Amino acid sequence: MKDFIQESVFFGVFISLCTYEIGLLLKKKVNFPLFNPLLISIAATIVFLVGFDIDYATYEEGAKYLSYFLTPSTVCLAIPLHQQFEKLKKNWVAILSGILAGCLTSAICVFLFAVVFSYEHKEYVSLLPKSITTAIGMGVSEELNGYVTISVAVIVVTGILGNVIAEMIYKIFHITEPIAKGVALGTSAHAMGTAKALEIGEIEGAMSGLSIAVSGVITVVLAPFFATLI
Amino acid sequence: MKYVRQFVIIMLFTFLGEVLKALLPFPVPASIYGLLALLIALETKLLPLASVRDVGEFFVEIMPLTFIPAGVGLLESWGVMKPMLGSLVLTVVVSTILVMAVSGLVTQGVIALRKRRNMDEV
Repeated sequence: MKDFIQESVFFGVFISLCTYEIGLLLKKKVNFPLFNPLLISIAATIVFLVGFDIDYATYEEGAKYLSYFLTPSTVCLAIPLHQQFEKLKKNWVAILSGILAGCLTSAICVFLFAVVFSYEHKEYVSLLPKSITTAIGMGVSEELNGYVTISVAVIVVTGILGNVIAEMIYKIFHITEPIAKGVALGTSAHAMGTAKALEIGEIEGAMSGLSIAVSGVITVVLAPFFATLI
Repeated sequence: MKYVRQFVIIMLFTFLGEVLKALLPFPVPASIYGLLALLIALETKLLPLASVRDVGEFFVEIMPLTFIPAGVGLLESWGVMKPMLGSLVLTVVVSTILVMAVSGLVTQGVIALRKRRNMDEV
């Protein structure tokens, strides 16, 4: 049995989806940020892999087909964006200001923490792309000679965290406008945040999807400047 | 066969994104080029929404699932993160909260400003 599971191609994907579904059910029952389907699924899958002594490489053999669909899924964000295009046209100044302010906040925060913790240049630049989507973030990290593995890990952690805390942050800071909620999630937590935004509503999802693209491009421009500071 | 055709069109735009990434010099991933191409096609009515809608909505709905493997992959980068874990966690938590709050509040503020100005005009 154990040998079979260690070799199976579909076990990993099944466990990932099954634990996500359990997460969705739990979320319905318990309204608490930590009962987040993405977080539960990732944590439970890790427990399964460690418990059954399955290599990440074996898991990935099957699970990579799940990741494969991220690109067409991102392309399809054009659909909610198309449906909300009037809102986008009317509010583009607000949206762009919000995203730009968020990107600057991210870079300044990373800079300040880097000073406090006396990070070396290589560590510091690895954190600069933490709020943008992995595909762009890896490129930024490479370009600036950062540790790409740290960048990817930090990007993923940021995404999960944004997904988990979003509704709490909206409450604390009184963010009620759907467009603002979407911009906040997409700018701070890229595509993983957008997944959450889509759960909250159509406008939120569309604006969050847009923010992934715009904040990614802004960070590409900002990061090389901030990289010269340390 | 409507699902097959919609799937083909979506994969066409995904592939188109890859082609654009290869041709253009900007550090933009294929998915963003594909998104923009599909958005332009829909906005110009070159492509009716109905021709991608069902499968497109399926892809949007399953998007969170595509992140699970990357999250599980943190298992692999544990070794790299461990030495600087405390400071990393603090940096990520504080900056994510601030980025979310600032971008949300600025957007909300500018929208409120515009609405107020429109009211004055009326």
